[in-house]
Amino acid sequence: MAETDGSRASAALLEAVGLTKRFGALVANDHVSLAIRPGETHALLGENGAGKSTLVKMLCGLLQPDSGDLLHDGQPVVFPDPASSRAKGISVVFQHFALFDALTVVENVALGLPGYEPLPALAARIEACVHRYGLAVEPYRRVGELSVGERQRVEIVRCLLGEPRVLILDEPTSVLTPDESESLFRTVDLLTGEGRAVLFISHKLDEVRRLCHRATVLRGGKFIAEVDPAQESSASLARLMVGADVPRTPRLVTHELGEPRLLIRNLSIPGDGSRGSALHDITLEIRAGEIVGVAGVAGNGQTALFEALSGERPCADAEAVVIDKTPAGALDPTARRALGAGFVPEERLGHAAAPDMRLSDNVLLTTHGDGAIVRQGVVRRPVLFACFQEIVKRFDVRFGGKDPKARRLSGGNLQKFVIGREVLREPVLLVVDQPTWGVDAAAAAFIRTTLRAKAAEGCAVLVISQDLDELLEFTDRIAVMSEGRLTAPVPVAETSREAIGLAMGGAHGHDHGGEGTHAA
Amino acid sequence: MPLRIERQEHISGLRLTLVPLIAIAFTIIVGTVMFVALGHDPIRAFGIYFIEPLTDTWTLQELVVKACPLMLIGTGLAFCYRANRWNIGAEGQYVAGAVLGSWLALATHGTDAGPWVLPAMLALGVIGGALWGLIPAFLRVRFGASEILTSLMLVYVAQLGLDYLVRGPWRDPQGFNFPQSVTFDDVALMPLLLGEGRLHGGILIALVVIAAATFVLGRTLVGYSIELAGSAPRAAAFAGFDERRVTYGVFAVSGGLAGLAGMIEVTGTIGQMQPSISPGYGFTAIIAAMLGRLHPVLILVSSLVLALTYIGGEAAQITMRLPFDVTRVFQGTLLIAILAADVLVRYRVRRVEEVGHA
Repeated sequence: MAETDGSRASAALLEAVGLTKRFGALVANDHVSLAIRPGETHALLGENGAGKSTLVKMLCGLLQPDSGDLLHDGQPVVFPDPASSRAKGISVVFQHFALFDALTVVENVALGLPGYEPLPALAARIEACVHRYGLAVEPYRRVGELSVGERQRVEIVRCLLGEPRVLILDEPTSVLTPDESESLFRTVDLLTGEGRAVLFISHKLDEVRRLCHRATVLRGGKFIAEVDPAQESSASLARLMVGADVPRTPRLVTHELGEPRLLIRNLSIPGDGSRGSALHDITLEIRAGEIVGVAGVAGNGQTALFEALSGERPCADAEAVVIDKTPAGALDPTARRALGAGFVPEERLGHAAAPDMRLSDNVLLTTHGDGAIVRQGVVRRPVLFACFQEIVKRFDVRFGGKDPKARRLSGGNLQKFVIGREVLREPVLLVVDQPTWGVDAAAAAFIRTTLRAKAAEGCAVLVISQDLDELLEFTDRIAVMSEGRLTAPVPVAETSREAIGLAMGGAHGHDHGGEGTHAA
Repeated sequence: MPLRIERQEHISGLRLTLVPLIAIAFTIIVGTVMFVALGHDPIRAFGIYFIEPLTDTWTLQELVVKACPLMLIGTGLAFCYRANRWNIGAEGQYVAGAVLGSWLALATHGTDAGPWVLPAMLALGVIGGALWGLIPAFLRVRFGASEILTSLMLVYVAQLGLDYLVRGPWRDPQGFNFPQSVTFDDVALMPLLLGEGRLHGGILIALVVIAAATFVLGRTLVGYSIELAGSAPRAAAFAGFDERRVTYGVFAVSGGLAGLAGMIEVTGTIGQMQPSISPGYGFTAIIAAMLGRLHPVLILVSSLVLALTYIGGEAAQITMRLPFDVTRVFQGTLLIAILAADVLVRYRVRRVEEVGHA
């Protein structure tokens, strides 16, 4: 769209011209154009739902465009499937890895390659690739033992063995510590230095400005602009992405802190064998009126911590979790809710809500113990429906139809529903895992403001998140989770990204417990 | 060219309601082919199978008598299947309930026991079936054993146990060595509702059970927890519903109702214990439950439809010399057609050029 003949002359490796893709009534991509040139790191910027994934899937042959053209080296091409795009040198590292935990790195790589190659020869090729691009990967380690960052490097190595000319990285830094991100950036620089192109998908503006030579911005399925990120500020990029100024969450620290509402005392949970997501000796206090954040890379025990707090994983020691002065470690979720606790899990579909049940029935999921809706074991439908409608109205939950199944809502609207369901229960303690994961910026701002307002009313809030910027923006204190351990929380004003980043990666491999961060 | 099955996101309610009708239509087509292949006029055969039984009060009564155990068992199975627990062993629970209840009839035989015997037998029937059903539930909760296999295998244990009893300790000494017990006393028999025919009081019990099950499944927290456990187990745990309790609960209910059906059948139509007390009701009820979309009121209707295949099958045996297996073929075709129609409505088959690896 914004292409001129001059830039096309510089022979884009891969170019999309006016791609359109519809899913029913939804236009996921509306005449989107993108040109990736040799030797450049090209950012694809956009909010969740802007159409980034759809575009990437068309670039690699997983989806077919309804109209528009793909040009490879200036020649029109059609990719009927991923294999044909790979043959043309286009490789993708997706957010969700396709690796077998029980197999070693080299076995996993061998499975993804066409034809047969003896494992020792392949391992040698992996070693060579690892040295060339500074990717720390050991071929004979079992994938199940690797951290998320290491698994991502395995996926990258697997792509690089095919000598791709265009490498597409789908939100690569969302699962990495700041340190791991830095080393990924160095690898990306080496790749582009060899004349390869990298398409870097992200919504983290700072890293895009640092790393990328060019950025294509999508919004609502439409091409918005192609810009030079170095010339833009984070605020101007955000404006392009969102289409309006992104509201910052007001920080209200005027209210007094009250009684401790959640006490975690030496909480330990043994691992379940397959995954080392155990908890070691966790201690934390949250008082009425404050928001405490738990930062950390995914898979370091956050799920176990959430389940230990919600009661899905009761612990033997009742005193390990104290909710509003009552020992709750051995109580089930319903009993914990009766103490005034509310929980919002990370996974919306299947955990926070039943995908195939109607939204009104999903209200009952966490409110059935509250007394008003269920009397003598009988569900009072009119009361339930009134409650449902109040959530929808107060939290601006939008959907088609009167009472659709939960799976038909968009991520942001379902998250508003799930948060609203808990907030309307007037909890004294809210535990929220990944409050804005996969949610558009406007809904995310609304959710943060809601949680802040709840804290101002005297609710204690625990937020588990992998989005460090979010935690720095709206929490009062931050603790860091790493390999099942939790550091003592520090006030946001007294910490920095760097300090938190260090703690996030700190316990990987060797024990940094001596840094004085452990309260126990 | 490889085919791939993809889940469809938006399915209209209308298409889901159509599933049983599509399944019945498909069964009729298969039946036509089968009758023609056997050298019979399909129209006459269908008339004998499905129309004639409806034209006679005696066979109409028989229809309800045959539908009664199907309704009870099918309603119980709806509890299990809604919770995504696959109890295939209702036939065994039916036998176990009948055996435990009949013990009382035989123990009080010849004494002047009062009218409490029948209610007590029905209660023992529920208990016997429930206990038999709790075995696969326990094996699943404790050891993670597949309830599909264990419940099915327990059918044969129950049937062989019954066989042993009627050939051994329970055999009627005056029965000329036939493997059957004495005929129950009147206080141990289900009263008949009409002067002639075999319509007995069990159908009233079945109607009460269906009404109660409709209420429990549709309007109570218990019904909600069953639905949720089946639909999204992790969400059910998050909601605070204990998965183990749900498993035990639905197996107890479905086993109990199967046991009740067994006791009603023995006290209502057979009147004594014999090696075979069921023409496969426990398995046919699986079809009734699926055809009735796991809803008690619809299961009532589907039970009548399936009872028709039993009655029609008997008529066809007599007038057309068709073997009873034809009835089995009908019932089996119907189940396969329901399951297939379910999949084809929820999923869509798509041709793919080549299997890509993502």
